[in-house]
Amino acid sequence: MNTSAGPALEVRNVSLSFKGVKAISDLSFQVEHHEICALIGPNGAGKSSLLNILNGVYVPDSGEIVFEGEHFRRMQPLEAARRGIGRGFQNNALFSGMSVLDNVIAGLSRHSRVTLVEEAFRLPRALGQERAFRQRAHDVLQLFDLEKHAETIVGTLPYGVQKKVEIARAIVAKPRLLLLDEPLAGMNSAEKQEVAAVIARLNKELDLTIVLIEHDIGIVLKLAHHVVVLDYGRKLVDGPPETIRDNPDVIAAYLGSEHAEVAA
Amino acid sequence: MNMFLETLLGGLLAGTMYSLVAIGFVLIYKASGVFNYAQGSLLLFAALTFVALTDQGVPALGAIVITIALLVLTAIAIEKLLLRPLTNRSPMTLFMATLGLSYLVEGVAQGIMGSQVRALDLGIEDLPIFVGDIMISQFDLIAAGVALAIVVVLSLLFNRTRIGIQLRGVADDTRAALSLGIDINRIWQIVWAVAGLVGLVAGLLWGARQGVQFSLSLVVLKALPVLIIGGFTSIPGAIVGGLIVGAGESLAETYIGPYLGGGITPWFAYALALVFLFIRPAGLFGERQIERV
Ligand SMILES: Nc1ncnc2c1ncn2[C@@H]1O[C@H](COP(=O)(O)OP(=O)(O)OP(=O)(O)O)[C@@H](O)[C@H]1O
Ligand SMILES: [Mg+2]
Repeated sequence: MNTSAGPALEVRNVSLSFKGVKAISDLSFQVEHHEICALIGPNGAGKSSLLNILNGVYVPDSGEIVFEGEHFRRMQPLEAARRGIGRGFQNNALFSGMSVLDNVIAGLSRHSRVTLVEEAFRLPRALGQERAFRQRAHDVLQLFDLEKHAETIVGTLPYGVQKKVEIARAIVAKPRLLLLDEPLAGMNSAEKQEVAAVIARLNKELDLTIVLIEHDIGIVLKLAHHVVVLDYGRKLVDGPPETIRDNPDVIAAYLGSEHAEVAA
Repeated sequence: MNMFLETLLGGLLAGTMYSLVAIGFVLIYKASGVFNYAQGSLLLFAALTFVALTDQGVPALGAIVITIALLVLTAIAIEKLLLRPLTNRSPMTLFMATLGLSYLVEGVAQGIMGSQVRALDLGIEDLPIFVGDIMISQFDLIAAGVALAIVVVLSLLFNRTRIGIQLRGVADDTRAALSLGIDINRIWQIVWAVAGLVGLVAGLLWGARQGVQFSLSLVVLKALPVLIIGGFTSIPGAIVGGLIVGAGESLAETYIGPYLGGGITPWFAYALALVFLFIRPAGLFGERQIERV
């Protein structure tokens, strides 16, 4: 494993704009190995855009990303996946017409080691890999208590369950860095607690480094080791959860924002 | 009654040939959102290559293998030289690119293989066979069997293999597929190659029926109403659409034709498609395009 001495991820002076509108301005912060880093901030602060830069969907205007000691002016999505950056999306991006199991198996794509010819002709190595993938997918479904839905078409499940499937799909390939965009949005409070507990477990037991975006400050305070607050694409606060609890800037940034849930 | 059944059956069987052409479009449209105007040219190119090789004395099996190899190479070249540089362009841009591609493919094929009509003999005797007192074309029956076999193979590929999972993933959400490490460029190569193979089969069957000549590429015009009726994104839709067009044409020619002085076949499918456009714009099996926000 190339667990370098430095941080797991470093964002250095990254800026991004869309047709002249600044989405992210000269942003820098670090994510240590094995920590849960929460990105918070009001709507339009640039949180999702940042995740999109991290896994190569967007190309920053300037700045660079350092992932496990390697420098990137831009990530390519495929490259990011192959290096072990897993991703969950804000708008559910599951393959809605496919079964839960097939979705999770698709999550293992970066680990495939068999050639197209082997697959097409169902040669032993391909069949062996398929068995291993199935087994691994079932293990992860178990972890999320999704086993009973394995053969269900994902689009027919309730939203909260779908979000769980999306996390399962993102972690099945054992990513080295997991990016989650509002993984708890649209869940009821029992589901939130359950999924937050799963995320905490993934972090603790698999030593998974996680960057997540979440609006529920109560959950963030409990879950995260490190919080970065964004507002209008700028970094407002960067530090342990306690630093944001009573920070007037943070409260001001959230005032007037629709889905801030500053309670709890 | 027998006359009706015979007309219907003949139409349905002929319809599977339309389905076969339409399936090539559906595959590519599903995976990459491109309406591939060049599907007809690729079909012509495949049939022409096969005929040219057999004319040179290459045995049929060898000719098939060489043609398939050429189609796979063509698919890879199209993905690398055309689709990849145009990633994230509008569907219209991609459509125009395939329009250009169709002229290129036809030009190259014509340049190398000449433009005379060539006969293609698949060794299927077109003697009618009788079921009770209903007459069926043996050729149509075999063509329908081949179409069915292709559909079965494709559905196994899509539903039973991990490549199939990846194909459906790319078709469903490209961005998510990429984030999981699915190599969409490779998936496109596979899809274009498979569409090429389906085109080869369609090209051989149509070529055997009407001779291999440049008008063969115009069978795309027959696929269009099939796609409108069945939906652009569904293989079952392409099949049902083909059957409806085939049966509709055949019945209309026999029962309505005489009142209109005949000659219904060239336009009937389009009239039918127009009706469907009013009733079900997404086609029978098509998904309504939902904008992702
Ligand atoms: N693809 C895009 N094209 C144009 N503008 C964009 C695009 N993506 C994001 N933006 C703009 O960039 C800014 C930041 O958006 P972003 O989605 O990153 O915010 P966010 O912090 O994730 O907000 P939310 O909490 O609502 O999800 C917004 O002004 C948004 O309109
Ligand atoms: Mg967002």
